[in-house]
Amino acid sequence: MSVAGINVLVEETRAIQARAGEPLLAIEDVSTYYGSVAALRGVDLTVGRGEIVTLIGANGAGKSTLMMTIFGAPRARSGTIRYAGEDITRLPTHRIARLGLAQSPEGRRVFPRMSVFENLQMGASLHGGRWFAQDLERVCALFPRLKERLQQRAGTMSGGEQQMLAIGRALMSRPTLLLLDEPSLGLAPLVVKGIFDAIRDLNRQDGMTIFLVEQNAYHALKLAHRGYVLVNGRVTMSGTGRQLLDDPAVKAAYLEGGHGAATTA
Amino acid sequence: MEVFLQQLINGLTLGSIYGLIAIGYTMVFGIIGMVNFAHGDVFMVSSFIALIVFLILTAWLGISSIALALLIVLVVAMILTGLWGWAIERVAYRPLRGSFRLAPLISAIGVSIFLSNFVQVAQGARNKSTPPLLSGGITLMESESYTVFLSYKQCLIMAVTAVLLTGFWYLVQRTPFGRAQRACEQDRKMAALLGIDVDRTISLTFVLGAALAAVAGVLYLLYYGTVSFSDGFVPGVKAFTAAVLGGIGSLPGAVLGGLIIGLIEVFWSAYFSIEYKDVAAFSILAIVLIFMPSGILGRAEVEKV
Repeated sequence: MSVAGINVLVEETRAIQARAGEPLLAIEDVSTYYGSVAALRGVDLTVGRGEIVTLIGANGAGKSTLMMTIFGAPRARSGTIRYAGEDITRLPTHRIARLGLAQSPEGRRVFPRMSVFENLQMGASLHGGRWFAQDLERVCALFPRLKERLQQRAGTMSGGEQQMLAIGRALMSRPTLLLLDEPSLGLAPLVVKGIFDAIRDLNRQDGMTIFLVEQNAYHALKLAHRGYVLVNGRVTMSGTGRQLLDDPAVKAAYLEGGHGAATTA
Repeated sequence: MEVFLQQLINGLTLGSIYGLIAIGYTMVFGIIGMVNFAHGDVFMVSSFIALIVFLILTAWLGISSIALALLIVLVVAMILTGLWGWAIERVAYRPLRGSFRLAPLISAIGVSIFLSNFVQVAQGARNKSTPPLLSGGITLMESESYTVFLSYKQCLIMAVTAVLLTGFWYLVQRTPFGRAQRACEQDRKMAALLGIDVDRTISLTFVLGAALAAVAGVLYLLYYGTVSFSDGFVPGVKAFTAAVLGGIGSLPGAVLGGLIIGLIEVFWSAYFSIEYKDVAAFSILAIVLIFMPSGILGRAEVEKV
């Protein structure tokens, strides 16, 4: 083999190594504005393959804006967002979704005048129904409540049921990276536990990477490998779930008085 | 009784045509919340396309079978009018998406004026006629004073409308495209998050609406045997009225509204005075909207959150 050939090989190997070491999602210095109001100010954040990463913060800190900015709606005014090494900052929303990201968004956004079944079909529309039956079964096993209501119009369901549907719909696209915006919102504690267990299983058994936005900081940090704290559009702290749980500032701001205070005290 | 039956037939025929046009209004409104004022003129353009294609087929190519000619005319008119619909959305509406609400509306009025003037210049201002087609029919009932007559034309119009609406209903309710279309109607942003190309879906909605208007255009030409550049306006306004009456955004509503407007118009002409038929149709609209502001089959705006 010639020297040139070996050099090419070496370069290729390096490229592969670089890709393997690279996070699945890399957000660099991203700022997003609503009109002239800054919602995100230079956010840096990464989510590695196979990780559960959580983003916690108060109402209005910009958590949901970050989730939507990843999908280009609204678009980041500056900074770059990379998914699996590809710059997706300027891609149209639907093209981003086709790369293997799925989101259960803030406010659930189920299609109210469609049946539960049709909502799930919409989630699977990228694959043209190839794995539909199988995935439907999996989602129904995860949320038996949905199974009973497949023919009901989504808009007539309770908030908690809609939340299950929004998560189920996101799963139907078989995402590599699942973005969950406040999956516990409006759910009974028992159901919340079920959902967090489900997230853990998806991560451990299916190797799904999960980026989780939560108000329920205690549960989220317990579950996540790593976490970020967002305050007024800026990341102020990051670390492993354990580190953040034990951090006095995090405790004071997000855990006091809640379930967390009782158990971590 | 005979008069009533005859008018019922006439009204349903006219109503079918209105219903087909109304679907275009209601679908476009449903998906981008805009009244496409050019839609009536798209209907008129399709009538001209139908006329030209028909003349080419019969005079130049010498096709003698009326059934075959009509079928070709229908398909070609649907395709070409669909292209018009696509082009209009691409040129006049899409660049204005995200602009203030009135902008596309004004643009639509501009397109409407453009289309009728374009046809006037290209085809001349006089009425264009087809040779009489499909004469004859079935005598349903006969008494000394009155004959109830169902012409073949009317049969054809109602049959074509019924078949196409069934197909269209299937498309919207049962296919992935229809599902994507309804999803965009309910939450465009969410549809995009699921990988649906919203712009493409909107384009296809315009194409579908225009194709159904083309069906109406072909049937209109067949029924009246004549068309002029200004024929888009009145049927367009009537069909829009039908869409509002049935509940704008609702597909069955558009068809129902079309039938109701057609029936009112025909019955009023028969029993009262033909001069005031439009007054009657629009008065009913006003009255219905007072008591049912979202139309007959329109959905109330309340939705569980």
